[in-house]
Amino acid sequence: MAFIWRKLLQLVIVLLCVTFFSFFMLTLLPGNLADTLCGIGCTQEQRDQKVEELRLNDPVYIRYADWLGNVARGDFGRSGRTQQDISEALTERIPVTAELVIYSQLLALGIAIPIAVVAARRAGGVFDRVSTTTAFGFLAAPPFVVAPVLVLIFAVNLKWFPATGYTPFLENPLDNLRTFFLPALTLALAEMAVYMRLLRTDLISTLQEDYITMAKAKGIPPKRILWKHAFRPSTFSLVTVAGLNMGRLIGGAFVVEVIFSLNGLGKYIVDGILGRDYLAVQAGVVVVAFAYVLINFGVDLLYAVLDPRIRHARALA
Amino acid sequence: MPEHSPEHPGNQAPGSNYFPSGDFLESPNLATELTQIADVDAYNLEALHNLDPDQVPEDAVKKRLGWTFWIAAAWIFLIVALALLAPLLEKLGMPDPTQPVCTSRDCSLQPPLSGYGLMGTDKLRRDIFARVIWGARVSILVGVAAVIFGIFFGSIIGIIAGFFKGKVQTVLMGAMDVLLAFPALLLAMSIVTFLDDKSVKTIVLAIGIVAIPPVARLVRASTLVFAEREFVLAARTLGASNGRVITKEILPNAVLPIVSFGIIGVAVAIVAEGALAFLGLSIPPPDPTWGSMINEGRATLETAPWVTLMPCLVLFLTVLSLNLAGDRLREYFDIREGAL
Repeated sequence: MAFIWRKLLQLVIVLLCVTFFSFFMLTLLPGNLADTLCGIGCTQEQRDQKVEELRLNDPVYIRYADWLGNVARGDFGRSGRTQQDISEALTERIPVTAELVIYSQLLALGIAIPIAVVAARRAGGVFDRVSTTTAFGFLAAPPFVVAPVLVLIFAVNLKWFPATGYTPFLENPLDNLRTFFLPALTLALAEMAVYMRLLRTDLISTLQEDYITMAKAKGIPPKRILWKHAFRPSTFSLVTVAGLNMGRLIGGAFVVEVIFSLNGLGKYIVDGILGRDYLAVQAGVVVVAFAYVLINFGVDLLYAVLDPRIRHARALA
Repeated sequence: MPEHSPEHPGNQAPGSNYFPSGDFLESPNLATELTQIADVDAYNLEALHNLDPDQVPEDAVKKRLGWTFWIAAAWIFLIVALALLAPLLEKLGMPDPTQPVCTSRDCSLQPPLSGYGLMGTDKLRRDIFARVIWGARVSILVGVAAVIFGIFFGSIIGIIAGFFKGKVQTVLMGAMDVLLAFPALLLAMSIVTFLDDKSVKTIVLAIGIVAIPPVARLVRASTLVFAEREFVLAARTLGASNGRVITKEILPNAVLPIVSFGIIGVAVAIVAEGALAFLGLSIPPPDPTWGSMINEGRATLETAPWVTLMPCLVLFLTVLSLNLAGDRLREYFDIREGAL
């Protein structure tokens, strides 16, 4: 329990810092904030109204507390560019990014796990070397390099998958998975390489443990040893890294959403940046950072559940 | 300590002993250990993990860098040389990267090796080869400068945290945790956006800041180990001050492992700059960068794929070479041996 309380306290502190950073970023903008937010061709009246609305005459900490209260109620204000309610826009876009991240994560794990297991079974063999080398190649290919190549192959030449477009999952699940395939694959390739290498390394080291030798001596078939005895204890790092990557993928999703014109959080933030819609950008940053921290926290707890040694080590400390 | 020790890599309680100190460098799971640090961070350091016990035999007679290393090194050398010599090449007849190569319409979107340069021309009739070379200048400059920035500040923070421990460590590593609470690309984007400046200086700052926490974590971890070693004790017994112990005894040992990470760090920074440029957050047009070239070429992907594919290929080969060279060098200067 002490472990969970300490983690919770840490979570609260990090969240406060993260929100403060996101809030404070606006004040980094060069020039007068009211002028910047009001835009070009802004009258004195509109400007005064903006100052009043954002309470720019108050000190930073009061504004922060105030803003935090609004955010907690889900009020991010209105977009300077489209006049749309920002939280409304965000709720529309979160599912798109979430699906993209989960889909690519499943693809990556689905490809990586079998390959890693087969590779680890005969470490140093032909399959192992080919797959490790290929993975190394994928690690050097960021999404913005992979995406044009995939589009060229699968959308332009083979015409198997569309390059753009989005169908909501509830409307037509199959179409949805098809339109999401290329974006998800783009994100998945590099992740896949990471997972494959990680699981392979851990499996190889687990396979050298005494209890595996014991299992072999008892005559248990290799396949069973691999999947039933060695697999689970080798997945701790994989689970953690996969969890933490969910957050990183939200960042990576920015580029992919822009390339495939998916209206997700990333595209919202990028559009906001290009349109100088700073309040929208700020809201997007807060939501993404918040999600990232919460996911990391969840992974922490999950990890303790998976591996009793962590729980007990912490409890004793 | 059990052989397989999944120490937890997530956001640690500041001050909690993330690394099983003492066992850190001898741990057979060094590869896993490092992967975990790396993955928390912006760095894709997993690329390093060829440290599996089965691949690094204890009785390795002679370590070789191998021919792949030399090919990678040759490519890096070529790109760096071309980038450095770009102004000279231009005097020798390489077209201006921001100007059309001709005035007529016919020379727009010419394929590679069609008489319009090595890599063809883009929609605005500019020479792609010249643009790739000038783009390399930005990528390499930003990559190297950002990594140096990150290593410099990260090492200072890591050593101070690891040496003084206690409250100093809690505050410093807590600050690192907060930086890590933002996805790396988002943080870099925010810095560029809110400083509202797209100069090389700002891009370096943005990527450099993102690079600080992973370096700090790594340096802190090795500082914790080295601070307890006998040579530090010896120096103290001889009456060395804290400052002297840090700079003369710990710094050379704790920062050394970082240097081999630096090469891979450059690859990561180049990718980061590419992503920023792709999103329109790096050096503004018409000056070329690899990321913005890839982005501009997307409009003509169907009719003239080379406009996008050429910078893609060069970026891919450069990042691959840096990863490979860094990986090999790390194996060559196996840090486990250096520690013993």
